[in-house]
Amino acid sequence: MAEHVVATLGEIPPGGRKIAEVEGRSIGVFNLDGQFFAVLNRCPHQGGPLCLGQQSGLLQARVPGEYSYTRVGEIVRCPWHGWEFDLKTGRSWFDPVRTRVRSYRVRVEMRESEGGGCGEEAGHRPGPYRAETFPVSVRQQYVVVEIP
Amino acid sequence: MVRESGNEAQRPFWSGRPVIDCDLHNEVPSLEVLRPYLADHWCDYIEESAFRGPDADDYPKGAPTTIRPGLEWEGEVEGQLALMRRQVLDPLQVEFGVLDCAYRVQGVHDPELAGALASAINRWQAEHWLDRDPRLRASIVAPTQSPVLAAREIDRWGADARFVQAVMPVRSLIPYGNRIYDPIYEAAARHDLVVGIQFGGSPGHPPTPSGWLSTYLEEYAAMAQVFQSQVTSLIVEGVFDRFPDLRVSLIEAGCTWMPSLMWRLDKEWRGLRRDIPWVKRPPSDYIRRHIRLTLQPVDAPPSGKQLLEVIGQLDSDEMLMFATDHPHWHFDRLEEAFPAGLSDSLARRVLADNARSFYRL
Ligand code: FES
Repeated sequence: MAEHVVATLGEIPPGGRKIAEVEGRSIGVFNLDGQFFAVLNRCPHQGGPLCLGQQSGLLQARVPGEYSYTRVGEIVRCPWHGWEFDLKTGRSWFDPVRTRVRSYRVRVEMRESEGGGCGEEAGHRPGPYRAETFPVSVRQQYVVVEIP
Repeated sequence: MVRESGNEAQRPFWSGRPVIDCDLHNEVPSLEVLRPYLADHWCDYIEESAFRGPDADDYPKGAPTTIRPGLEWEGEVEGQLALMRRQVLDPLQVEFGVLDCAYRVQGVHDPELAGALASAINRWQAEHWLDRDPRLRASIVAPTQSPVLAAREIDRWGADARFVQAVMPVRSLIPYGNRIYDPIYEAAARHDLVVGIQFGGSPGHPPTPSGWLSTYLEEYAAMAQVFQSQVTSLIVEGVFDRFPDLRVSLIEAGCTWMPSLMWRLDKEWRGLRRDIPWVKRPPSDYIRRHIRLTLQPVDAPPSGKQLLEVIGQLDSDEMLMFATDHPHWHFDRLEEAFPAGLSDSLARRVLADNARSFYRL
């Protein structure tokens, strides 16, 4: 299993999404009310860019006129032919057992990144004076996708 | 009196099995026969207004599809019934024959007159047909253009077990999925009756979506499109979600177009189902569960091979129900009324079992 940092937490606010390249595949990472979910950006129907589709709710009705609209934002509709997929499971609405899009586990975790370089790479030559320096690192939260 | 030319019907090779004929026509020979069943004021009205009956000609006299040439009867019920017995009921040893009276009260614009005519026809059917041959079952004629009146007529006959369905012509004022028709479906559900959608009708607008046609051939062949629109409407408008036990027979609709309609509806439903969230399963599923088709006229080449393919494509051996469509003319010899090449168990289903369970016979 490989882990890939795809974004900082701040990059994908609630309701937002990011499409990331991971190990050569395009994966959509979605923030649903603070929980993260990821699915392959490739529709099982004919390969459409599923994760560019409209996010909306689950529309149901027992009989005409009795609408129920729930799980707003948790359903993505493929931009090519409108098939609906559950972002939390990858299952399609109309055939949840057989028609599903690959989904991936996502975690948010605190990681450290090293501070930036001192400028030598950019072509500066060190001058004659040196100030006292301190090592700096940034601790922040990252969105991590697991590829099995 | 019956004039009959040529071949006397013989028992065909396939008929050793039980047979239920789901489409036999009893024709109201003239308004005259309905007089005894009409109130006096309607009798006078008919006289005074020179009303000649509904303006519909689904089966024009003389069209070869209507009746075999040289085989016309002259008016009377006795003649029709005798012909039906001699050509179908007796040689096939028909267990049950379902009459589909095609008198188009639905084209009469005065709803009260349409209702009175429907009532008269049903009484006439009961006395002159059902009382005379215990093998016969009948279809309730109802003014379906006025659903409340139609429901009243259905209620009138609901307790008579010899009436097994209510018929509506496939050409309607507006598509049958519309909720204005709910009183009809409620009445059918109340009495556990089939709703039969039958070839023809003259609601006043063109017989195809693209407009008026020039010839009878076009109208006859294009009726399949109208059936497709009605099936689509019933499903899309949620009739089967509102009436989960409703059964609908398509009479003289053909059947080879049904698989392609199923494929198309299933395909589009996947992407567009948010328009119709009450449709919870693929439309083909509703079709298989709720809809049946009568066999003649078969819209496939005469060998059984293509029909077998269609049954495979329907993915159901329960949907086709045998019918001769007598006296309409679709085959020269009775033998040809049923295609060869079906397995014994499939033949049994189509010849009788499917209709028996659908019509609860
Ligand atoms: S490619 Fe996604 S619905 Fe067709």
